[in-house]
Amino acid sequence: MPAVKGDGMRGLAVFISDIRNCKSKEAELKRINKELANIRSKFKVNLLSSNKYTEKQIGYLFISVLIEQNSELMKLIIQGIKNDLVSRNPVHVNLALQCIANIGSREMAEAFAPELPKLLISGDTIDFVKQSAALCLLKLFRTMPECINCAEYASRIVHLLNDSHMGVVMSASSLIEALSKKSPEDFKGCVSLSISRLSRIVTSTYTDLQDYTYYFVPAPWLCVKLLRLLQNYPPPEDPSNKSRLLECLEGILNRAQDAPKSKKVQHSNAKNSVLFEAISLIIHMDSEPNLLVRACNQLGTFLSHRETNLRYLALESMCLLATSEFSHEAVKKHQDTIINALKTERDVSVRQRAVDLLYAMCDRTNASEIVAEMLTYLETADYSIREEMVLKVAILAEKYATDYTWYVDVILKLIRIAGDYVSEEVWYRVIQIVVNREDVQGYAAKTCFEALQKPACHENMVKVGGYILGEFGNLIAGDQRSSPSIQFHMLHSKYHLCSISTRCLLLTAYVKFCNLFPEIKPMIQDVLNTDHNLRNPDAELQQRAVEYLAMSKIASADVLATVLEEMPPFAEKESSLLAKLKKSKPQQEEENAEKEKKARPSAVMANDSSSSTGVVSGSLVDVDTAQKEHTLSDVFQPSPAAASSDRSSVEMRPASTGGDPDVFNAVDYLKFVTKNNGILYEDDNIQIGCKLETRSNLARLGMFYGNKTGGAFTNFNPSILAGGSLGVQLQVQAKPLDAVVGAGAQVQQLINIVCVQEFTKQLIMHLQFSYHDKNSVQQSFDKCLYLPIFINKFFEPTEMASEQFFNRWKALSQTVQEAQKIFPAKNPMEKEAIRTKLAGLGSKLLDDVDPNPENYVCAGIVHTQSQQIGALVRLEPNTQAKMYRLTIRSSKDTVSKQLVELISTQF
Amino acid sequence: MIRFILIQNRAGKTRLAKWYMNLEDDEKQKLIEEVHACVTVRDAKHTNFVEFRNFKIVYRRYAGLYFCICVDILDNNLYYLEAIHNFVEVLNEYFHNVCELDLVFNFYKVYSVVDEMFLAGEVRETSQTKVLKQLLMLTSLE
Repeated sequence: MPAVKGDGMRGLAVFISDIRNCKSKEAELKRINKELANIRSKFKVNLLSSNKYTEKQIGYLFISVLIEQNSELMKLIIQGIKNDLVSRNPVHVNLALQCIANIGSREMAEAFAPELPKLLISGDTIDFVKQSAALCLLKLFRTMPECINCAEYASRIVHLLNDSHMGVVMSASSLIEALSKKSPEDFKGCVSLSISRLSRIVTSTYTDLQDYTYYFVPAPWLCVKLLRLLQNYPPPEDPSNKSRLLECLEGILNRAQDAPKSKKVQHSNAKNSVLFEAISLIIHMDSEPNLLVRACNQLGTFLSHRETNLRYLALESMCLLATSEFSHEAVKKHQDTIINALKTERDVSVRQRAVDLLYAMCDRTNASEIVAEMLTYLETADYSIREEMVLKVAILAEKYATDYTWYVDVILKLIRIAGDYVSEEVWYRVIQIVVNREDVQGYAAKTCFEALQKPACHENMVKVGGYILGEFGNLIAGDQRSSPSIQFHMLHSKYHLCSISTRCLLLTAYVKFCNLFPEIKPMIQDVLNTDHNLRNPDAELQQRAVEYLAMSKIASADVLATVLEEMPPFAEKESSLLAKLKKSKPQQEEENAEKEKKARPSAVMANDSSSSTGVVSGSLVDVDTAQKEHTLSDVFQPSPAAASSDRSSVEMRPASTGGDPDVFNAVDYLKFVTKNNGILYEDDNIQIGCKLETRSNLARLGMFYGNKTGGAFTNFNPSILAGGSLGVQLQVQAKPLDAVVGAGAQVQQLINIVCVQEFTKQLIMHLQFSYHDKNSVQQSFDKCLYLPIFINKFFEPTEMASEQFFNRWKALSQTVQEAQKIFPAKNPMEKEAIRTKLAGLGSKLLDDVDPNPENYVCAGIVHTQSQQIGALVRLEPNTQAKMYRLTIRSSKDTVSKQLVELISTQF
Repeated sequence: MIRFILIQNRAGKTRLAKWYMNLEDDEKQKLIEEVHACVTVRDAKHTNFVEFRNFKIVYRRYAGLYFCICVDILDNNLYYLEAIHNFVEVLNEYFHNVCELDLVFNFYKVYSVVDEMFLAGEVRETSQTKVLKQLLMLTSLE
């Protein structure tokens, strides 16, 4: 082959040497700009329309590399490409296709996507054009997924997998891999074709494929592509496909053990690229125990291979094997080698993989050893991975703790050796667990006390120690060595070395000591009383000091004991450590979600019946808010009950049973959640009915006041209270009424309501009038009633097909968007009754959507003036337990919560 | 899929940059610098793979040149590692013992080699014979 060191491009050589001769950056820039101007002017002669290959190629190259996507020239370019696409010269067609693939703008997708599939599947198109056409189409699909009609061309595209040209098969498999993710059903034919193609390659000898054999490995890249394509589908069900695929996979595993045909690293890399992809497929299928174990053994031999790449990849791949029940035990056999990798690998990324694998393979049997090894490694671990390691150790220690003293020891050791990397979540969590587990509180207090006695201890240790001693210091106060005053002095010796937030926490611990150990109260008051605290520039610290001091002086022992009572157990939730870990690796977690679900141990602790408190795990941030609960500003605020007697600020809590004493229909007004008319209130004198009509975000409420007495009502005055935020959220306009309601008469009043924003409180009608009782004594009626206006009244029903429903359901997957409640059935769980209620909700009750026919799902849009909020409702009855689980997902968290509260009262 | 292909020398000079995702020019420049920073510090005992933002770089060094391919996290590492080598062998054959200057002076030819072997972020053709035959045919048109 002749050397092609170029001379055909004299202008270019001149340009380059000019640039090299430039004396300054400015001169260089000037020369470049001149050349750019030349190029632009050349466009006038239009390189593209040249029939000379070189000019056309350079024209395309400049377009691909230099032209901005939104360039004005784009229209001209697209026209030029159009001309070349219909050219009889395949080289020109190919250049045009490569250019489209390189730029791949939306404009191009619109212009070319409709025509490309025809070119791709036409029998007249030659091979190298087909290759480009397939990948060009892939690029346009990625730019604009809707630009390709999959169903129309799917089967003909799939048949390209049978093409005799391996390059065409290669390009087609890339295209199909992407398209089949979007519409798996249309492309499912690719499964059997991929398997037979794969089988032909795997069973061939390296001489069969000639051009496509690479270092004695037959078509490694194509094999990987086909194996990857198969991972878009579940394991084949058809028996002949299945056995053929299993043969292929076994064949690939067998070849891994053959003696290498070459010592070159290219040979082993190519062979192993196929092997690793085959193992991925085996893990994806997760149905062949035999293959999973074989894969694990093969990877095991790589763990001590001299190639770092292979050790790295083996650790990575084993991580997934550890999550399969079939291969979990097989992975555990390699524990020692993996721990050794942690200690000896020079590349930090390999050590990181070892950590990941240890985390994935950890279970009850090996937890203590793995946690101990990880703790040892942590002391010398690379800074970049410490925080993640700390999280992992904390999660494992919690998940597999059989003895919680071990758990406490592990966490305190974590703080000691990697205190800076212990995030808030971790130390919040240990506090939650200690608070929730009575059996470990004394031990925790003792251990914290000992840790704090060391001369140097991390601030996180002070935080944990301060909190624990503040709660449970009394449990060790009997010991002379840890008497109340020693505990206090020891904590206070750290005080001045700590940050403001830690000092705030310590102040709370001190005031808690006032309650636990009245004998040291004067000491604590002295500390609180210093200028340093009382006049601290930090408002939070100052407030705590002032309030705690005042409280310790004013409040009686009983009040103190109540206010400073031991913290109640934290509510049970999934540990936020896992959330934190996931956040640190967003991309992998997303793509790997399915596998990760199995890989990450869930950190909800096992319930241990020996514990009297039971095991509860809670949101970690609760620790912080709970602490603040005890500042005096809250303690001396009017209780919620007192506050709600002020009519203007009545707060509705639909779930509460009692309700407000001043609202007379507080118990049964909730029945109006699922119905629009009925009797709102009735007594001997008056009957009040209502009838509600809504459209979009508007509601018209008709109120009917019936006078049941023999005399007239005078000074009849209904008024509407929309206090606080409700006044903004709802616009209410009531038609004025006559002040007299005659004996036996019924008057109607119309109230128009505009829902401006979503709301959670309840409109109240305050009704006053005078009447004469049976004894003709004048009485006054003065009562408040909740009006039947709920957020769901502004629902517009939405019809949805199953797929659509679940797509939206998935789209609303952020935790704040979902609200859920599990509650016992108050009424008989009869299908028709449930359906009637759900239909009355205003949203659309959807049939044949939920795969479980026992469940009910509804969809609707809540209309407010400011926005429309889509909401999905799912109600899952459990007739055996007589419970329901209700889940709402909506684009607005307040709406989800409010709907759950309202709907859960109905069943 | 491939996000970009970079050929850089040890000093960080870019000899080829081929982008398969849309990026602003200054973002490209930033990526080029970051890739250089994380690849050049690695030695022979390290793997040929580096985690890079939300992607990973698969790279191989040939004399003073680093050939780097940036791919998605879940892609097959060895597949791309050997794709690099295959590419280098084609360049070597095409330019008869390729050296850094060949890439500089014949950059437009390098682009056409790239487009023959990679397209739309995927491997297009792996057969060296086929690629070289096609390139020879194109050269004959000049």
